[in-house]
Amino acid sequence: MARITAGVATSHVPAIGAAVDLGKTKEDYWAPLFKGYEFSKQWIAEEKPDVIFLVYNDHATAFDMKFIPTFAIGCAERFGIADEGWGSRPVPEVIGHADLAWHMSQSIIQDDFDLTLINEMDVDHGLTVPLTLMYGQPEAWPVRVIPFAVNVVLYPPPSGRRCYNLGKAIRRAVESFDEDLNVQIWGTGGMSHQLQGPRAGLINKQFDADFMDRLVMEPNELADMPHVEYMREAGSEGVELVMWLIMRGALDDKVNELHRFYHVPASNTAVGHLILENSK
Amino acid sequence: MALDKPYKDIPGTTVFDSTKAREGYRLNQFFYSLMKAENRERFLADESAYLDESGISGEQKQAVLDRDYNRVISLGGNVYFFGKLFFTDEQSFEIGAASMTGMAPQEYRKMMVSGGRSVEGNRYIGEQD
Repeated sequence: MARITAGVATSHVPAIGAAVDLGKTKEDYWAPLFKGYEFSKQWIAEEKPDVIFLVYNDHATAFDMKFIPTFAIGCAERFGIADEGWGSRPVPEVIGHADLAWHMSQSIIQDDFDLTLINEMDVDHGLTVPLTLMYGQPEAWPVRVIPFAVNVVLYPPPSGRRCYNLGKAIRRAVESFDEDLNVQIWGTGGMSHQLQGPRAGLINKQFDADFMDRLVMEPNELADMPHVEYMREAGSEGVELVMWLIMRGALDDKVNELHRFYHVPASNTAVGHLILENSK
Repeated sequence: MALDKPYKDIPGTTVFDSTKAREGYRLNQFFYSLMKAENRERFLADESAYLDESGISGEQKQAVLDRDYNRVISLGGNVYFFGKLFFTDEQSFEIGAASMTGMAPQEYRKMMVSGGRSVEGNRYIGEQD
């Protein structure tokens, strides 16, 4: 059967993708950030997951104000790279796993999470920057990816509790798939950042450190944190961190923390990164 | 009974909730149209005419023409949508964000490199008074 072996959390700041695409990774501003992902690149080269269930948010790219799905699963065989307003990133197209995605959509909806299903979509930096951070610049991504888009643009996003419970439904959906697949789940976005208004530039290192600790050790309690606390403490866009709880919910209650990295800043944002492994 | 909006007392912050989204629908759809290169060109060639086609209000139009992003937010704009105008203007997200804080780009970059804006004194409206 398919199984979820590990979870990865990472920020998905667009400027990180631009830094790679424009060859700026060795510059003083960016070098410390990419150093924090060296371990991760080696680790994933050894792990060789077959599929990544990639939880991210679309940034007014595939979804405008016409349709605003709270949870949307990508069931297509492939996903194009979006032009977000400055040309498409020069990265390989994303190959999906349609059989697993369709299977999961049926299982998850029967588990009371009413998903939107997507059969045609271009993906934006929310999905491609994490792939770049973990895999660098390959000719083709060495893994299949199921995009899972969460609304965190229009308030309210789903609650932390709902996200955490959805993670558990995702796990059940993966484990009821017959093929033998090594599946990872990634939760992306965050950490503290605010992109708008006079308070833009807000960073809260203490909040971010506590969030990572609690995500690892007491996710069930962390899931009760209300949206207003994320926004007040970690900035209006810091509420993206609810997506990390989807990832965490899909893992064992007790996990091994293999890697942790934190860096300020990438553009307007604090970058956080975790690798969590289920016990073998 | 009114909806509970406990985020109203966060300083310098406008949460893009259902009220703001209702108000900003056409405005945000205008920003979204700038995703396409041909629309960016048409907009830059005659901003006023392009905005007149979009069906936004006079106040919203003026805020866009002025690139007054705090005003855009107060009229229902969302940062991920008006970010398309940063790119149309060939401006980074960092500089766009800085413009809303009243800080010069260099001053803002310095704040970010030094660890960002502190949350201390920035949690509640009136906290610093």
